[in-house]
Amino acid sequence: MTRLIVGPFNRVEGDLEVELEIADDHVSNARVVSTLYRGFEHMLIGKVPDDALVYAPRICGICSVSQSVAAAKALAAAAGLSPTHNGANAINIIHAAENIADHLTHFYLFFMPDFARDVYAGETWHEAVANRFRAITGTATRDMLPARAQFMHIMGLLAGKWPHTLSIQPGGTTRSVSAHELARLSAILAGFRRFIQTRLFGDSLERFGSLSNADELEAWAAERPADSCDLRLFLHVSQALNLHKLGRGYDRFMSYGAYASTAGFLFPGGVFAQDQITTLALDGITEDLTHAWYDSLTMIEAPSAGTTVADITRSLAYSWCKAPRLNGKVMEVGAVARQVICGHPLIRDLVAQTGGNVLTRVVARLLEIALVVMAMERWIQEIAPGEAFCVHGAMPDCADGIGLTEAARGSLGHWLRVRSGKIENYQIISPTTWNFSPRDGEGKPGALEKALVGAPVRKGETEPVSVQHIVRSFDPCLVCTVH
Amino acid sequence: MNELTNSVGACKRPLRLVWLQSGGCGGCTLSLLGEEAPDLITSLEAAGIELLWHPSLSEISGADTIELLKRLARGDQEFDILCLEGAVMRGPAGTGRFHMMSGSGRPVMSWIEDLAQRARYVIAVGSCAAFGGITAAGDNHVEACGLAYDGRSSGGLLGADFCAASGLPVINVAGCPIHPGWLVEVLHLIGAGRFSAADLDEWERPLAYTTHLVHHGCARNEFYEFKASAEKLCERGCMMENLGCRGTQARADCNIRAWNGSGSCIEGGYPCINCTAPGFEEPGHPFATTPKISGIPIGLPTDMPKAWFVALAALSKAATPVRLRKNATAEQLMVPPASRPKKRP
Repeated sequence: MTRLIVGPFNRVEGDLEVELEIADDHVSNARVVSTLYRGFEHMLIGKVPDDALVYAPRICGICSVSQSVAAAKALAAAAGLSPTHNGANAINIIHAAENIADHLTHFYLFFMPDFARDVYAGETWHEAVANRFRAITGTATRDMLPARAQFMHIMGLLAGKWPHTLSIQPGGTTRSVSAHELARLSAILAGFRRFIQTRLFGDSLERFGSLSNADELEAWAAERPADSCDLRLFLHVSQALNLHKLGRGYDRFMSYGAYASTAGFLFPGGVFAQDQITTLALDGITEDLTHAWYDSLTMIEAPSAGTTVADITRSLAYSWCKAPRLNGKVMEVGAVARQVICGHPLIRDLVAQTGGNVLTRVVARLLEIALVVMAMERWIQEIAPGEAFCVHGAMPDCADGIGLTEAARGSLGHWLRVRSGKIENYQIISPTTWNFSPRDGEGKPGALEKALVGAPVRKGETEPVSVQHIVRSFDPCLVCTVH
Repeated sequence: MNELTNSVGACKRPLRLVWLQSGGCGGCTLSLLGEEAPDLITSLEAAGIELLWHPSLSEISGADTIELLKRLARGDQEFDILCLEGAVMRGPAGTGRFHMMSGSGRPVMSWIEDLAQRARYVIAVGSCAAFGGITAAGDNHVEACGLAYDGRSSGGLLGADFCAASGLPVINVAGCPIHPGWLVEVLHLIGAGRFSAADLDEWERPLAYTTHLVHHGCARNEFYEFKASAEKLCERGCMMENLGCRGTQARADCNIRAWNGSGSCIEGGYPCINCTAPGFEEPGHPFATTPKISGIPIGLPTDMPKAWFVALAALSKAATPVRLRKNATAEQLMVPPASRPKKRP
């Protein structure tokens, strides 16, 4: 048995350390450590409620809009507001732009470069992957960065800037757009569609989005050479390395529902476990502080009554991340969760066959790029120039609100309590808080801690590359995790 | 002086840049990835800069990274530029344990200190690294500070007298987040050996963007001239009188240099919160509300006599064209500008 401390993990957002126990040729135990504490929940106490819209997005530079959306929803719930039709569409477009840019950044900059590592130098596919995805110098980075930057012009038009916009408000958005600006948005999106169809999918979004099971995915991949597009290249590597056998978690998934409108959610939320979809009852959500560096009267807290009092003297603690649980159970959140719960047939089938794993997580994310870009095209058409983008209302002196949304990497919730016109309590549970939680009071490992067990160790490896793939397959955001 | 600073034009090897993150959100890196025309990687190449390590971009991870940082800290391997993104986390009680460097068992604070002594240039990327920024908001129980400032006070982690090996103090590319161009241009000038202390303002921010006010180029200037004010967010008028906009005092070129193609905070319909300034995180009033005394905003332009401002404001309010008055409190354009009538044949 060897003990290993792995870190820093770059190409994830924020700071992460993983402690591994290695038996023979595999990981036998893992502890996941979030190493940075900033204390936003403490910082927000005593502020006027609207100022949450300035502070909350600054929790995270990569999920900034998601944090804004959750804060605006919590404020809207507390003030009894809902966004206008135009405002809701504009928020969805802004939010989608961030989430899609995040998926793209994850695939090209964070996840794929690990396959260009020298440890794979003997593999038949290595040269092609290294040329394309080698960190910084690969050709993909040069293709992807300009496409991403142009795509983010959507933010310049609708949100002023990214990250850290103040345009998302409880009653809509602060930026009304005219018909000619809508035309501009459509043009930006068309440019982005061309990039992803050409480089990423090597096919139309419609066709890739309509694949309905694992066999169809395999047949689709075989239609053209592996190096004809980035997704096929990934699928080729995945098959060679059996990524579908890597990093399986508990296979219990949760989503709050993504992209709300008056017509409902684009991807409705819920819970998926043991092939069953059930509705999500929010009062089942708690945070367990047993292994986190916080002082509290009770080790299990509901977020509406949650506390954040840093205490590095706690003897059982090993992370700044609390351990969220739903009815005491560990949940995995993210693109797989959203797509399995909303019922996309491809992800349903992949999960049915091999569960949540490195392959499923990456495919679900890329599938969302296709599905959401098509939805963005519709939302732009649905904006009615000349009609209101924002309504206003007063915040009561005394109110409570919950704001739930889906960031690229999973479910994000804000729990707000306003008393005497000020924020009395503000609790946040972020996607990676769910996925990278430490153990709870019963000793149950968090989702990543579970997913790492069994990870293979190649001969001579001191830091298993399989661990790198599994960790990054969650697209973690550690600055959100602890906040 | 080594050969690099003497004859940078003839510099043979690229300048090596090491980037650390501490008490921040990573948003300055994400903003930087939006560098355009050309893209970030091409821009760095053009500036003659090699990314020795960047947390979001580099391949090497884990023990290899720690080994690299140790070599740099010992001086076994030379590097040129240290960028810090995020505040220095000194808490709790000065231990730095609110942010330990993964895989090293040491506070990031200590790594920053060591590396800053070896770098030829030290750059604080964003307002957190420069002054503490958002991470220092509230009662700052995490003891966040900047590299050479603690809010508006000199000092910070490295001390008020700190100079990097180049002789320059910490370069504070402040902003929340930074505009990618602000940093890229500094790196280009450093790469060309043409960046000096004369390029810095009194907070050691690059003058290139702090000689401007956010007010410069603001598309709402006509509303400002006539004090035709928006009353609620999303309205078209000037946001200074009611909505907390600090554009007339904030030093940055946000309305001259577009964000994400065409944007700025004010273009986005919300007020400037003066995010390039030390202490912006605690303005002493709700961000989107202008504090007033007897109906007069407190935060007037810093170099304008108050009495004159009040007199001019009263005069211009009396002279406000109907067009501006109507448009100021509307979400959509109500009254377009009109030309003189056409000549009839």
